[in-house]
Amino acid sequence: MSNNFDVTRRDFLKSGAAVGALVLGTCFIGAAPRVMAGVLAQPSESARNANLFVALRPDGIVEITCHRSEMGQQIRTAIAQIVADEMEAAWDKVVVIQGKGDPKYGDQNTDGSRSIRYNMQRLREMGASVRHLMRQAAATRWNVSLESCSAEQHLVTHSSGKTLTYAQLVNDALSITPPKIDSISLKKRSEWRYINTAMAHIDLKDIVTGKATFAADVLEPQALIAMIVRPPVVGGKVKSFDAKAVKAIDGVVDVVEIPAPQGAPMFQPKGGIAIVAKNTWAAMKGRRALKVTWDDGKHGDYNSQQFKENLLATVSSSQKSVRELGDAKQVLAKSNNKLIADYYAPHLAQAPMEPPCATAMYYKDRVDVWAATQNPQADMATVSAMVGMPQDKINVHVTMLGGGFGRKSKPDFSAEAAYLSMKTGQAIRVQWTREDDIQNSFYHAVSAQHIEASLDENGAIEAYLHRTAFSPIASTFQEGATTPMGVELRLGFTDNPINTPNMKLENGEAAGKTRIGWMRSVSNIFHAFAIQSFIAEAAHKAGRDQKEYLLETIGPDRILDVTQEKAEYDNYGGDKNIYPLDIGRLRHVIEKVAEMSQWGRKLPKGRGLGIAAHRSFLTYVATVVEVEVSDNGDLKIIKSWASIDAGTVVNTDTVINQVQGGSIYGITAAISGGITFDKGRVQQSNFHDYRVPRMSDCPLEIDVEIIPSEAPPAGVGEPATPVYAPALCNAIFAACGKRIRQLPIGDQLRA
Amino acid sequence: MITFTVNGETREFSGDPTTPVLWYLRDEMQLTGPKFGCGMGQCGACTIHLNGVAQRSCILPLAAISGSKITTIEGLSENGDHPVQQAWVEHKVPQCGFCQCGQMMQAASLLASNPNPSDEEIVQNMSGNICRCGTYPRIHKAIKSASKTTAGVQYYVPEKTGETA
Repeated sequence: MSNNFDVTRRDFLKSGAAVGALVLGTCFIGAAPRVMAGVLAQPSESARNANLFVALRPDGIVEITCHRSEMGQQIRTAIAQIVADEMEAAWDKVVVIQGKGDPKYGDQNTDGSRSIRYNMQRLREMGASVRHLMRQAAATRWNVSLESCSAEQHLVTHSSGKTLTYAQLVNDALSITPPKIDSISLKKRSEWRYINTAMAHIDLKDIVTGKATFAADVLEPQALIAMIVRPPVVGGKVKSFDAKAVKAIDGVVDVVEIPAPQGAPMFQPKGGIAIVAKNTWAAMKGRRALKVTWDDGKHGDYNSQQFKENLLATVSSSQKSVRELGDAKQVLAKSNNKLIADYYAPHLAQAPMEPPCATAMYYKDRVDVWAATQNPQADMATVSAMVGMPQDKINVHVTMLGGGFGRKSKPDFSAEAAYLSMKTGQAIRVQWTREDDIQNSFYHAVSAQHIEASLDENGAIEAYLHRTAFSPIASTFQEGATTPMGVELRLGFTDNPINTPNMKLENGEAAGKTRIGWMRSVSNIFHAFAIQSFIAEAAHKAGRDQKEYLLETIGPDRILDVTQEKAEYDNYGGDKNIYPLDIGRLRHVIEKVAEMSQWGRKLPKGRGLGIAAHRSFLTYVATVVEVEVSDNGDLKIIKSWASIDAGTVVNTDTVINQVQGGSIYGITAAISGGITFDKGRVQQSNFHDYRVPRMSDCPLEIDVEIIPSEAPPAGVGEPATPVYAPALCNAIFAACGKRIRQLPIGDQLRA
Repeated sequence: MITFTVNGETREFSGDPTTPVLWYLRDEMQLTGPKFGCGMGQCGACTIHLNGVAQRSCILPLAAISGSKITTIEGLSENGDHPVQQAWVEHKVPQCGFCQCGQMMQAASLLASNPNPSDEEIVQNMSGNICRCGTYPRIHKAIKSASKTTAGVQYYVPEKTGETA
């Protein structure tokens, strides 16, 4: 079923035209979408005119183009489900073609949990238009009315009982003008046969037999292997190097210096020395034999312990206001029942299982790239700048991604491959090692937060002050930036759901002394950790049940519009009328997960339940974690439960899998040692000292329930992650009375 | 000269004997099942069978496999239908899939030596294999399910020399 490369696609389009395939796109979409209006907001205007998404071949095979990157969220399957459902295609006749990087698709940046949100409507309409054309073709051939023809599973049936297959109708359909928006009708939800089901991953068989093509599995063109020794400090560069011993190694072909980046890091390669070899082992030996001295530059002083102290100092005093209601500071000044807490979380690396990897072939008039990229259009731009060729000459083929988690939307690795191919005249595959990945990532920000609240006589929060400071992603794009891009604050900070008459949210400045990037759910991770931990702490102080107190604290069902409280909020780019911040939906997932986990049941000594809930990427998730903490501080996660309201969902099993996986990804934040720096250098290097969850760290059961919903589709890939660390830490407190305010947990339970 | 078999095919190697088996399989034989994840035996993405037992091929030098039988996922079954592979499909285990060949090779080796492992034995045996997508609960269930259908690992051995499954 899988055909990962565009080669076939291009061949088909050429030969297909000759043999008369019906190639359809979204060219007929002119008016505003009628159903789920607003979902189409982001794709560019040109994407609406793209004739690219579905091709019905004369043999009846349907080729559906997936323009988003596959990294385990099963978008290739979901896109096929949507199109095939509306066009009434038989599933065994569906082939998915992976689209290469091309602006005419519109946005291809596969992050932000938005592939379905941005595309569902237009994909449905495209599928429906093919179904319409098939019916129209049959009606014309039979000289009957359109209404008397129905289409189902690759077959058009007339009311008299006669039938024609889609394959038999392809030729007729070619001469029919595609229908106007008003003349196609989408299926009713009750008629969906693929959407909202648990269909298997279209690439499943390839994966279990080792045939799926990840970046390093690209065998054509045959490439030389390059490994790169990069400056250990961001902003540093090569002072001198000695490659004599490298060149003596059998199999080493060349040693090439990659220039240091200029200005802000952006997605530029870090520079360094590349060892180009005939095989991987020779390249690995070569890099060990290389002697380099570095000029560290201004970030050579980066020390995580010092930086942590600075961040905590920043949040201990007044900072720039982000949101304000009432007069929190005055109430707090007079309060005699205050709760004050500081939270800290370190840098993390995304560490996808497949380290970054790309192959490039430089020609005088174009560059071909094969990469595990989340955002092929960013590869086009970055490679273009690196080799000095226009973007439209950069062909980026997207392989399967062995995990992405945000790392692979930064295509420095593709630019490295293209540069080395330009310099050597050979096809080059740049293979990152795990050490390269851990030490040269775009890191999840280090953060500190300070929260204080005044509790009234009933224990309710009557005033709330929250300050956050973290190394901003903005610093990756603008040299020296110390304030976040607005979006970073809107991820779980500005949209704090606590219902209190006095709220003050502030943001302090912080430098970015390494490359800061986004990691699955981004700053939601540390913001949800602080807010959801703090609410549980307040519940304890008030002598109340965590879950009941959480519900009371977020308040009654209502739409929360934080822009009414002197705040800026872009709502993940979603129209606030279509995707309002709905406290009722947040309450509902809490109540659901409490029921699933039998919240309130009696537990043996040493066991505890913790709960947390959070809205991110327009989706509502609540989770309950059950832990056991032994007398000597050994932690075991027994089980966890999650409920998710993501609006309309396409593949129910994918949603469950993503929530289970997103939960476990959240364990990384809790248990990982984090990434720390000294003298500007990352102190971790591989999985022995950068701990990620293993089976022994994880619950063997994560029960997930999807809230049935006809609301517009929201995000699924990320929202399960932010709730996990706070729910886990709340469970630990319930089990043993130890409150974790600084991540990772480390040996805090043994103290 | 080092002689060994890969998925039933006899191979000879006369290059650097410190070369890890992983890079021989990938670079010389174009077998894409074993993956590079860490290069130090920490993640299990490169897991293969050495004489039927799971090994990390990224730290296994060719010098150590003289006279041995190497099996990769490509040689585990003829049609991708080893009980472990079937269980992986049935339980829809994979997300991105990158680690799963290693996970399945580890699981097949476990079941070959212990056809009916306890929950705890599965955890102990599988905790050397990392999955960043977090499919552990499903991997565990799939192994439990495969343990009911498998009594020892059954290798697919291609009859013709030169065929690599």
